[in-house]
Amino acid sequence: MTAAQGVFYVIAALAVAGGLGVVLMRSTVYAALFLILAMLAVAGIYILLASEFLALVQVLIYGGAVTVLLLFALMLTRTGDLPETMTGAQWPAAALCCALLVSLLIAAVATSNWPGDAAGQIAIVPFEALGEALFRQWAVPFEIASLVLLVALVGAIVLAQQEEGE
Amino acid sequence: METAAQQIPLEHFLVLSAILFSLGVYGVLTRRNAVLILMSVELMLNAASINMVAFAAYTAPEAFIGIIFAIFIITVAAAEVGLALAIILRIFRNRQTANVDEVNQLRW
Repeated sequence: MTAAQGVFYVIAALAVAGGLGVVLMRSTVYAALFLILAMLAVAGIYILLASEFLALVQVLIYGGAVTVLLLFALMLTRTGDLPETMTGAQWPAAALCCALLVSLLIAAVATSNWPGDAAGQIAIVPFEALGEALFRQWAVPFEIASLVLLVALVGAIVLAQQEEGE
Repeated sequence: METAAQQIPLEHFLVLSAILFSLGVYGVLTRRNAVLILMSVELMLNAASINMVAFAAYTAPEAFIGIIFAIFIITVAAAEVGLALAIILRIFRNRQTANVDEVNQLRW
């Protein structure tokens, strides 16, 4: 096992541990912290895949903004002193379905003929080429994404503002 | 562009993405707090992004479509989280609960 594979197993174990914490923890705040762990582990996976810009964006936006927003929402929607949560009554059926799903996906991955195995080289994406592609070839989706953000911003403000009599 | 020796097989990343996705599905099906359901959806989106970037790095690195895709996934997910949390806050203000089991007055 090479050093890269060892690093991958460590980061993958952290990501799966974070995911397990998100879906299994009783305390909501601990679940949010485990989500941060999962996000940072996914950023590590991006670095292993030689896209450092994406890892940076992941840490900033997911680990920074999204999880802080989720923690604020957890704080504002508390109903008691201890932020605890219940598990739904149908969790055995859900566990069965998810076990089926993961075994199906892993079977599909294992039995498929993936290209690029014999090549032996992974390419490091140069930052300038990424930026140029984002602003030239993908300019229209870029502008639409900024529109999506604007609409979400306006919608969130309208939805969350206090009404007249409150 | 520069290249580095590819020491981790592609299937490793795909299996990791499958496991994270299934964990997210379990969270969406099981959790009763609306914010925690949102967190599980974020987990699923991250798993899909890992898939995209892994395929981009291993099969078509010059086009890096997968990386662009992952950037847009992150952008749309951030917008979705903001909007969904505004809805959850609104529901909490009306029903005083964030438990999705108790927000069932439109059920048949």
